[in-house]
Amino acid sequence: MIFLISVITIALLMVGAAIYAIWQKDLLFAVIASGVISLILSILFLILQAPDVALTEAAIGVALTTIIFIITIRNTVRYEDEHDKKAKKKKVKNISK
Amino acid sequence: MKKYIVLGLLAVLGYYLMNVFLLIDFGMPHFAQGVKDVYLSSSENVLQVSNVVTAIVVNFRGFDTLGEVTVLFLSATAMSGILYKKRHDIGDRSILFPASSIIRAGSKMLFPTITLLGVYVFVHGHLSPGGGFQGGTIIATGFLLMLLTYQNYSVSHNRLVWVESIAGILFVVIGLAGYFMKGSFLENVLPVGQLNDLFSGGVIGIIYVLVGFKVAAELIGIIYTMLHEKG
Repeated sequence: MIFLISVITIALLMVGAAIYAIWQKDLLFAVIASGVISLILSILFLILQAPDVALTEAAIGVALTTIIFIITIRNTVRYEDEHDKKAKKKKVKNISK
Repeated sequence: MKKYIVLGLLAVLGYYLMNVFLLIDFGMPHFAQGVKDVYLSSSENVLQVSNVVTAIVVNFRGFDTLGEVTVLFLSATAMSGILYKKRHDIGDRSILFPASSIIRAGSKMLFPTITLLGVYVFVHGHLSPGGGFQGGTIIATGFLLMLLTYQNYSVSHNRLVWVESIAGILFVVIGLAGYFMKGSFLENVLPVGQLNDLFSGGVIGIIYVLVGFKVAAELIGIIYTMLHEKG
């Protein structure tokens, strides 16, 4: 029973982090939330007695993927911008005027 | 019209996929009687490997592991092909901040420990959880720490290529040795030793060490090319 409750709690935490990663407009926070998903997933693998997969998930999902996404964000833009789109529309309007 | 055709095709595909998954009755009691018992008993009694997952991944399904390593190699090659620039173009690193002195001192102390942990994980792949992929990734994480901390820390690309190629070729050579001596690819050709010893399991330990070197070299190459790519 305790096992079931803990697994369900952890899975719900994971779903929460995933929803946060989708809704967050700041891409840096979204990437870190997806790293948190991987961390919780590796704990879940450990609880479900798959330590090999847990190690892989911890090394690749938490460290490497997050860092590679962060490097990509450093190279591109940080915000999933809405005001950027609005600014572009305004520019188009100005040009058409 | 196009939408309905796509939907129809998807429905047909889904129907057949559902049929396939309904044919395999996962979780039924007779499902447990198949190949699982053979794997469990022969990994302990024939191969003398205490980590059954490793025995399956490297020996019974060793060909799949070779395919996985090849996929990783191809993706690393494609990434280098897209992102790699000529040697004189990648002088200074534009995307990094200089690190503080605490991080410099700390990462200098952490780097050997992380590398040692990675080596431990892939050398003991047939005894404890872990293996080549995990150990290689941990080593790559240590190199990532050094690359992020020290701005002019550099890794020799030629050396990475050599390590990776030699490890890959030796993997195939061991597989071919099994083919010519025992009759099937990646068959065990070495003495198996004692259960729970470091030198047990025949070729499994050697293959996992090679996979560890190969994965570490590929991932370090990926990280290095990504860090040196100027946006």
